[in-house]
Amino acid sequence: MSTIDLPMPSLGTALVPTLAEGETQTAKDFSSDQEVRWCPGCGDYAVLKAVQSFLPDLGLRRENIVFVSGIGCSSRFPYYLDTYGMHSIHGRAPSIATGIATAREDLSVWVVTGDGDALSIGGNHLIHALRRNVNMTILLFNNRIYGLTKGQYSPTSEVGKVTKSTPVGSVDHPFNPVSLALGAEASFVARTIDSDRKHLTAVLAAAAAHRGTSFVEIYQNCPIFNDGAFDAIKDRDNSHALIPLTHGQPITFGVQDEATGLGDKALVRGAGGGVEVVDTASAAADAIIVHDAQNPDPSTAFAISRLTDAGYLNRSPIGIFRQVDRPTYDDQARAQVAVASEAVASKGTAEERLTALINGGDTWTID
Amino acid sequence: MERVGPNVSQTKQVKQLDRVIIRFAGDSGDGMQLTGDRFTQESAVFGNDLVTLPNFPAEIRAPQGTIPGVSSFQIHFADHDILTAGDRPDVLVAMNPAALKANLGDLPRGATIIVDTHDFTKRNLDKAGYSSNPLDKLGEVDDILAGFQVQPVDLTGITVEAVKEFGLSRKDAARAKNMFALGLLSWMYGRPTEPTITFLERKFAKVADILGANIAAFKAGWNYGETTETFVVQYEIKPAKMPSGTYRNITGNLALSYGLVAAGVRSNLPVFLGSYPITPASDILHELSKHKAFGVTTLQAEDEIAGIGAAIGASFAGQLAITTTSGPGIALKSEAIGLAVMTELPLVVVNVQRGGPSTGLPTKTEQADLLQAMYGRNGEAPVPIVAPQSPGDCFAAAVEAARIAITYRTPVFLLSDGYLANGSEPWAIPSVEDLPVIDANFATEPNKTVTNAKGEQDTEFWPYLRDEATYARPWAVPGTPGLEHRIGGLEKGEGHGNISYDPANHDKMVRIRQEKIQRIADSLPPLEVDDPSGQAKVLVIGWGSTYGPIGAACRRVRRAGYDVAQVHLRHLNPFPKDLGEILKSYDKVLVPEMNLGQLSKMLRAEYLVDAQGYNHVYGLPLKAAELAEAIGALVGETEGREVNLGEHGLNLPADHEEAPNA
Ligand code: SF4
Repeated sequence: MSTIDLPMPSLGTALVPTLAEGETQTAKDFSSDQEVRWCPGCGDYAVLKAVQSFLPDLGLRRENIVFVSGIGCSSRFPYYLDTYGMHSIHGRAPSIATGIATAREDLSVWVVTGDGDALSIGGNHLIHALRRNVNMTILLFNNRIYGLTKGQYSPTSEVGKVTKSTPVGSVDHPFNPVSLALGAEASFVARTIDSDRKHLTAVLAAAAAHRGTSFVEIYQNCPIFNDGAFDAIKDRDNSHALIPLTHGQPITFGVQDEATGLGDKALVRGAGGGVEVVDTASAAADAIIVHDAQNPDPSTAFAISRLTDAGYLNRSPIGIFRQVDRPTYDDQARAQVAVASEAVASKGTAEERLTALINGGDTWTID
Repeated sequence: MERVGPNVSQTKQVKQLDRVIIRFAGDSGDGMQLTGDRFTQESAVFGNDLVTLPNFPAEIRAPQGTIPGVSSFQIHFADHDILTAGDRPDVLVAMNPAALKANLGDLPRGATIIVDTHDFTKRNLDKAGYSSNPLDKLGEVDDILAGFQVQPVDLTGITVEAVKEFGLSRKDAARAKNMFALGLLSWMYGRPTEPTITFLERKFAKVADILGANIAAFKAGWNYGETTETFVVQYEIKPAKMPSGTYRNITGNLALSYGLVAAGVRSNLPVFLGSYPITPASDILHELSKHKAFGVTTLQAEDEIAGIGAAIGASFAGQLAITTTSGPGIALKSEAIGLAVMTELPLVVVNVQRGGPSTGLPTKTEQADLLQAMYGRNGEAPVPIVAPQSPGDCFAAAVEAARIAITYRTPVFLLSDGYLANGSEPWAIPSVEDLPVIDANFATEPNKTVTNAKGEQDTEFWPYLRDEATYARPWAVPGTPGLEHRIGGLEKGEGHGNISYDPANHDKMVRIRQEKIQRIADSLPPLEVDDPSGQAKVLVIGWGSTYGPIGAACRRVRRAGYDVAQVHLRHLNPFPKDLGEILKSYDKVLVPEMNLGQLSKMLRAEYLVDAQGYNHVYGLPLKAAELAEAIGALVGETEGREVNLGEHGLNLPADHEEAPNA
């Protein structure tokens, strides 16, 4: 039995029913009647607003959208969206979403999770969802702290972080979520920032369009327990803080040269097999790396991800690191069922086939 | 004693027996499970009633020739209906010294032992811990096999000789010795040979020399019995009178898998299994993965938690969701089961129990996860429990678990065990039309009229507004317009289902969830009380796989002339409504279990009855004769008289009254 005979859809939302001609939706249609209860100033508000205004753009039927979350501040997200949703248990949202996405091709499935939820207690489910490439989008809100449990360090907190559980500083080495996702062979990996609505929305659109597991890390400020964690990279005066990645463009950043459009810093191949930041002026034009998110080999994307500071964040690449086509788990699992069902289509009703099944093997009859 | 005698045809005697227990034992590489399985199929086709008990090591290939490496398969077959695989084998086939040593203690005196002398080398005897060869001492003062009918045969040697023409290596040729043993035993008990020949032809269709060798060895074994003078008696066990119908032999794991497929068909729902491999439950995953044509999706998850997580997701998406595991896996799934309790989603949780705690005895049976199923979660988290009582019954129990899960929107435990999983029995194949139809009854429209902010009448969907009779909440699946809603692990406000931290609401919801499970009892049939004389003062009550041993023990007690009643529970949560009355109508209640008294604890707590436990945790089924003695003692105590079960208890020659050579 072959599973590749069936044509596989290529768009993330390809099989999800869309609005009828003339029907429209607005952000308001996606807002539930529940009072939003994050702390004032929390970065989650901005992401919620962005998602609520972005969802109508997809043109999908609201009842065919499902948000699944785990536990943590960000995991309250589904309650505030008027779609189907499940606020599940700590770390397990990717597994629940895997079941939903595999069961139903006609649903647009989203996971909302945090750095503790996805990378600590749920690390196993995250890497396996990425490896399987189930058709869903995972939004990882990274605030580099445990918020809901009131301020312990998280698996993305920097070494030395002083928190309630690490009074003399954390000695835990942090994860770089993008490196982790690339290592887990994710087919779509991106990073964006809560405060940059435009960039966030563009990344969400690309993530939704991607068929497979789209992994999006969103830097999210927690003003209560980790305020200012992203101040340096959000500082508009610091033009070297962000390294924007655009597919097909040379990777440069910093002060823009009016004539060439290039930034004053550029990425070139490094001596050790990684990538290096150099002055654009000193780099040969063809030495500057042209970003190729579709490169089947993730090595360069991984090398770029390593430019993220592991300690306090002064510099970070953002954008889509990787976007490659790979068959999804759910499409193939459904195809196997479809192929098998097709093969027996002429062999009677399910009841008749069940009768044949249970009467299989060596049987004998007693009158 | 004659070894390989000249092929002189003897006049063979034929003796009638009503039942026989045979145990095939050898190294785990000797193919004993296959041998036992084939003998079982032959006996099933012949029409005997039968029960089997496979017993194998936890290691895939334990060190060769050692006692931990011994694998065995016991079959009890009879001309009447039987309930257990038998306490003590009448015949032991031992392929090496370790197999002899490991099983000798289970044999009653007078039992027949057929040994493959070939493997009784110094090295193998050492490995088994024999300082000298017991076969060399037959008839001497220190003969440890005295009192048994020992038949030493060079099974391996004769097999190698018999398959010479196929040009196999000596090792491959020797491998066919299990088929020789099967052929010999098939002759001894007049089994039909065609099923095995057909089976071999199918199994080795692509390897002509191996096929030839196996058939040759099988026939050589038969001929050896027929023509040599070593075996002079052939036994006849007539077909059993069983209720009319079509039968097949089936193991519990296969019956359970078929039951889940059937539940999918009868509920008209796609089936989704999220599972992680674990002994002794993996075969259900293997089996269900073959039935994609029935709309069955199987996901081998990254761990136990993901297995149930994916199943919960599929349930939310509107499929018949299942997760399968054994006790250690349930421990890992507990939090997720709590989520299914809170979100009130249908889910069948299969626990094929094994010896615990921790990793425990992976390949041995036990029923010590009842309280785990009952209470093993945080908070008040009631979960219905259904338990099959025999391998074939796993089919109906699986359908019943799915019925409860779907009808009441709840996770349901299906508690099988290692003995049911791998044991087998003839199964009267049910008619599909007789299986219950399960109605998923999806919500399709808003269910609540409200007054909106403008003072107008409006309709809403309230995911926790319940059916008045069952207390089931609506199952609204994504894709249904107008019913968008959010569920989760946080406490729900009654009816509307929004998050609620209100103390009074929590108290109410805890009670509602409990009441919903209690109401399942409204759908249960009255219990069947087996009290033939109506005079019994002692009631024996059990659950799960102890049905066979308890039934067999009660029969022994009754045959000895005493009264005893038996009730067996399929539903352990909630209990059937008439259970309390039944318990109170007997003076004494005995609860045999393969644990330290979990059902008895529940009965005492629920009904304030003085339930007494009878508890064994050997990793093996209860033994009927021993249990009969315990029942007899209680009957004596209750009725104030001497009870002597005589040959129906442990007194000789009860255990081998039908032994072939007695
Ligand atoms: S604790 Fe931090 S992350 Fe949580 S809601 Fe408050 S501000 Fe947001």
